Amino acid sequence: MSEQVTALAQPVEQDVTDTSVPARGRRRLTERIRAIALGAGFPLVLILLWDRAVAITGTRLVPSPREVAVMMYDFSFGGIYDDAFSGTILTHVWKSMTRVYGGFFLAALIAIPLGLMIGRIKLLRQLLDPTINLLRPIPVTAWLPLSMIFFGLGPNAAIFLVFLGAFYPILLNTIFGVRSVDVRLFEAAAMLGCSGSGMFRQVVLPASLPAIFNGLRIAHGFAWILIVVGEMTGVPTGLGSVIMDGRTLSRTDLVVTGMIVIGVCGFLTDRIIVAISNRVLRWSPQHHA
Amino acid sequence: MPESKRPQVVIRGVTKRFPVADGDIEALARIDTAIRQREFVCLIGASGCGKSTMLRIVAGFEEPTTGEVLVDGKPITGPGSDRGMVFQDYALFPWMTVRKNVAFGPRQRQLPHGEVDRIAGEYVKLVGLERFADRYPSQLSGGMKQRVAIARVLANDASILLMDEPFGALDALTREQLQRELLQIWSRSPVTILFVTHSVEEAALLADRVLVMSAGPGRIASDIDVELPRPRDVASPEFNAVRRDLARRLTSHMMPRDLAAAGVA
Repeated sequence: MSEQVTALAQPVEQDVTDTSVPARGRRRLTERIRAIALGAGFPLVLILLWDRAVAITGTRLVPSPREVAVMMYDFSFGGIYDDAFSGTILTHVWKSMTRVYGGFFLAALIAIPLGLMIGRIKLLRQLLDPTINLLRPIPVTAWLPLSMIFFGLGPNAAIFLVFLGAFYPILLNTIFGVRSVDVRLFEAAAMLGCSGSGMFRQVVLPASLPAIFNGLRIAHGFAWILIVVGEMTGVPTGLGSVIMDGRTLSRTDLVVTGMIVIGVCGFLTDRIIVAISNRVLRWSPQHHA
Repeated sequence: MPESKRPQVVIRGVTKRFPVADGDIEALARIDTAIRQREFVCLIGASGCGKSTMLRIVAGFEEPTTGEVLVDGKPITGPGSDRGMVFQDYALFPWMTVRKNVAFGPRQRQLPHGEVDRIAGEYVKLVGLERFADRYPSQLSGGMKQRVAIARVLANDASILLMDEPFGALDALTREQLQRELLQIWSRSPVTILFVTHSVEEAALLADRVLVMSAGPGRIASDIDVELPRPRDVASPEFNAVRRDLARRLTSHMMPRDLAAAGVA
């Protein structure tokens, strides 16, 4: 019996050993370098075009990449303009992060369990689904006045707006994830003696994780997008407030600097989410982003 | 063997109707039968004859419209760990390794960790997958996946194995291999098997008893004991006689239009 099992196993073994490991490693490395070169090369081309466009049109309204670079240096380390923004980058990044992740984690904390239950329980779906789809198209910016009334001027209004923006993608993807789980898995779990909350923890949640991570990734992007709106609510620090200040002071170099910092923060934290998702979903070959 | 004479599963007056847009579809007309402990029963019939529905009712996944199913004298009320289903598409938990899949049932019974690991290890070994114990289902061949599914229900101490065309999606060689292994497992452990197939050959090879079902609505048309000695020689004239008899009964219960669908005509 064990011989025949080995025979069955051979195709699986073969694809692991058909090329020598160092050669495969080298090819993978070249492929990786190529991907990084292409991915990083394009923004460099865009910066070049930006620089040329500013030079050719001679505009004074849009800063050149050089001016922004100087501003970025001053924002990070100080020593050039020595104004209120010099060397304050970490304070602003940190403040924005607390709002982005305050709203994001709050949304995940509520939307994931709620989504699992709506996905599994028909009564809850019938009760809540129409309301969710009614509230969802309302732009987060439209909530700005009300959120300032609810939470006053300050970080809580920002957190609330980020929460709203992050909530729906997580909720809808979680519901979709639960709804698209093969019912056989629930049947298999039931016949093995699993029921009630064990079913949620051991089957519904892990089976929906690929869709949930999709939702988290989209929501995480929204959370960074909404930080500027969120920090319009009159908070003194944060990348959004830096951009709003830059706008009021007509300092476009500061505005663009703030935009780039948000972009970089969003990019790096997205890589972290992708890395976590690849680790958690390593069982699922089709979910490696 | 007085024990093996005792009926373990009793199907009494079971019918099933499915509501559709314009009324009901009668999937099963009255089914009455009993299955003894350790018996290997194959259900065969053309597609749409209700054999899978019958199996799902015994599993507790569907409720009969009328009638009841008794297991060890007690009416069933839903899925239970005494009856283990092996699905054609495996239904393994893709986020769990082979070992974790097999350990799933024992874990539900809140056994101590050491005991769960021991049981899982034992059944992974039984189906010859020790070397693949830490792989995920997506890294296994179809035959290996079905071995995991079988180990999973056995590890859960199921006394009745419900198998819904379990080898239907496998290539011929793997199918023969798994048929042999299933017979070995069955001969060594006290399990009753209710096995749905559309293959006459498979039924003749495996079963103590074959229930031939006919469609429209589904009912048991013939109930045949296969008295060939084991291990069965598929090349023997006796085996061929059984196979021909089953094929003849199967086709005689079909409407002419079903013949083409079943690939017989």
